[in-house]
Amino acid sequence: MLDDLDRRILRLWQSDPEMGPPELAAALDLPAARVSRRIDKLREAGILRGVGAVIDWTVLGYGVEVSLRIQLDKTARGAFDRFMAEARKVPEVTELQTFLGRVDLRLNVIARDMSHWQHLYRDRILTLPHIAEIEALMHVATVKTDQTLPI
Amino acid sequence: MIDDTDRAILRVVQANATLSAGAVGRAVGLSQPAAWRRLRRLRDAGIVRGRELHLDLEKLGFGVTVFLGIKLATKGRVSLEDFERAVSAIPEVRRVEHVLGRYDYRLRITARDLPDFERVLRRRIMALPGVGEMEANVLLSEEKLPGPL
Repeated sequence: MLDDLDRRILRLWQSDPEMGPPELAAALDLPAARVSRRIDKLREAGILRGVGAVIDWTVLGYGVEVSLRIQLDKTARGAFDRFMAEARKVPEVTELQTFLGRVDLRLNVIARDMSHWQHLYRDRILTLPHIAEIEALMHVATVKTDQTLPI
Repeated sequence: MIDDTDRAILRVVQANATLSAGAVGRAVGLSQPAAWRRLRRLRDAGIVRGRELHLDLEKLGFGVTVFLGIKLATKGRVSLEDFERAVSAIPEVRRVEHVLGRYDYRLRITARDLPDFERVLRRRIMALPGVGEMEANVLLSEEKLPGPL
């Protein structure tokens, strides 16, 4: 599926996502048009879904980050879909994951401070439908974040 | 600190960071120079921290992502620094967060398949100093949302 050139492009690009096709081509010592064509193909194949800017929420004043682990009442019909549709409407929810395991769903929620968190938790989170069990892990520090895959 | 136009710009570049200042400007109703100035300011202020590639893990052969909660068994005996250093050295562990609550650490692990995950779990994770209670949840789906913009 991926050939050697695809891998070289993705490895290099992952290590420095600021690079554009011309810089990638220069670093790989290849014609820019060839690298651009490859990138277009990776996009078309859905392997590369996009390049997005990363926002630092702490700079914008969001000092609190909480991981909410949720178990749903699965006896309720459509519990997952209804819960997820409502959770997406809460702007402070930045990630939504579903799992196979003890936890059904996880929400990553950011808040400006503890009083903002308390308000969000009471008025926007606990009011979400079909929650059976909820547990919070408060984020203290990110020890490692490595977005590069061994491609 | 930022106004509604900045928020609109952040929404646009969050989805596509490769757009030119002219294209960002057209999307939010600004001239190219005005968009360029705002983009530079958002970056200089550290609000835009960088870029990331959004790759389809499954198509790249990484079919299994597991979130692992870990409680350290022997607090005080094993230093947090030792644990953090050892766990961060495992290549399949792509994210380590120190958390407060039922677990002490939250790991995000990417593996090729379930046998590959089992290998990482048995040979690497379980061999870490001070590991106590553990809980694994296998990721089924994931959505990244724009956040409060």
